Amino acid sequence: MIRSMIIIIGFIVLAPFIGGLLEGIDRKISARMQRRVGPPITQPFMDVAKLFNKEFLSVNKQQLFLLLAHLFFVVFAGSMFFIGSDLLMVFFSLSTAAMFMVMAASSTHTPYTGVGTMRELMQMMCCEPMELLTAVGFYLASGMAKTGIEKSFLVSDLIHSNVSAIMYLPGFFIGFVFILTIKFRKSPFDLSTSHHAHQEVVKGITAEFSGGAYAITEIAEWYEEVMLLAVVGLFIVNSNPISYLVAALVVIFVYFLEILIDNTSARVKWDLMFKITWGVIIVFGGINLFLLENVSSFMKFFQ
Amino acid sequence: MKSFHKSPWLIHYDASSCNGCDIEVLACTMPRFDVERFGIINTGNPMHADIFCVTGGVNDQNKDVVKQIYDQIPEPKVVLAIGTCACTGGIFKECYNILGGVDQVIPVDVYVPGCAARPESIIDGVVKALSLYQEKHEKMVKEGRGLPEDPALDED
Repeated sequence: MIRSMIIIIGFIVLAPFIGGLLEGIDRKISARMQRRVGPPITQPFMDVAKLFNKEFLSVNKQQLFLLLAHLFFVVFAGSMFFIGSDLLMVFFSLSTAAMFMVMAASSTHTPYTGVGTMRELMQMMCCEPMELLTAVGFYLASGMAKTGIEKSFLVSDLIHSNVSAIMYLPGFFIGFVFILTIKFRKSPFDLSTSHHAHQEVVKGITAEFSGGAYAITEIAEWYEEVMLLAVVGLFIVNSNPISYLVAALVVIFVYFLEILIDNTSARVKWDLMFKITWGVIIVFGGINLFLLENVSSFMKFFQ
Repeated sequence: MKSFHKSPWLIHYDASSCNGCDIEVLACTMPRFDVERFGIINTGNPMHADIFCVTGGVNDQNKDVVKQIYDQIPEPKVVLAIGTCACTGGIFKECYNILGGVDQVIPVDVYVPGCAARPESIIDGVVKALSLYQEKHEKMVKEGRGLPEDPALDED
């Protein structure tokens, strides 16, 4: 219990720092890719500090409440993950958080956020199946590894497997990394809102958030980023301590890949995003799931 | 509030410029001048902006647009008139449709002259705007405005 409390407090305090630094590094690397000098890596913190000092402009009162609920559920999902709780619950909390974001944006009834909200819902339709499939994949993989434990959705059980989950779930890994582009709001799929400074229609759901409200969305994004990268790490981690180091390297590589994709691709339309994402999910996730199910039943048959 | 010095976000509006100053404003964000190294971003969204950059003189058709963008920027905000036309109306001053400089419609804080204004002078203008922003912010805090429990929000 005390251990869980320490982990939760550690997550709440440290995750924004890690997330903010990651975003700073992202902006620096992006700038170098475009042959610019780029801002210092502490820039995201300066931005958020400034935003909190701006006037709070909003057309209604529920916007702030809904945004705080969004932040709460993102932190809740992250805390659940790091104390080793149920992976399905983690992803459900994350979906709830996303719904609060949609409600906060649509509460303003402006055309720009209207467009952003519809695009955000499309993005959710693209990522949610893969998130749920990932949880199911981990569940099935935990039964495959000979750990003597039952199949489990608990993160605390998954990390004690004697084989890395990626050995059973390479297709799920590819699918999950693919939807991370949507989750991190990186370029080919940053339809609902973009990190890059842009016009209102591209800013979409965040277009009407001013000052502190926008800062809250930024902080929530840092929490979410850290949590999702930890899920990437979960694919690698097993009972061997060295695997944590490998997981960290894989996470760094995946993050760099996202930055590279962000800088080398143009924004697509929602229907193309839908087709590509579902294609990747069905091909990689679906085939992996099919093999996993059938191989395990074959193995049972021969035992 | 030192953080603002490192994170001023601009919104650029072309009132009725010949595009000379617009190109120079955009040149600031390009690799040669790269204002993002100072944390300056060209947002394009008034709700996120701190500094309002206007190029070109204001005419009858867009005076309401300029006013509306100004109203949508949350306090504290600073207005920059970039280029001779935005400062005074320039060579178009006597035209039947031109009202004059931007200050005919909204209060302007910093004037950046030049035809077209050089990227260096635009960056200088933004740096000038920072100290004004600081003053406005202190005034805002003293008057207790801009907080979520602002009574103005109860009107809905």
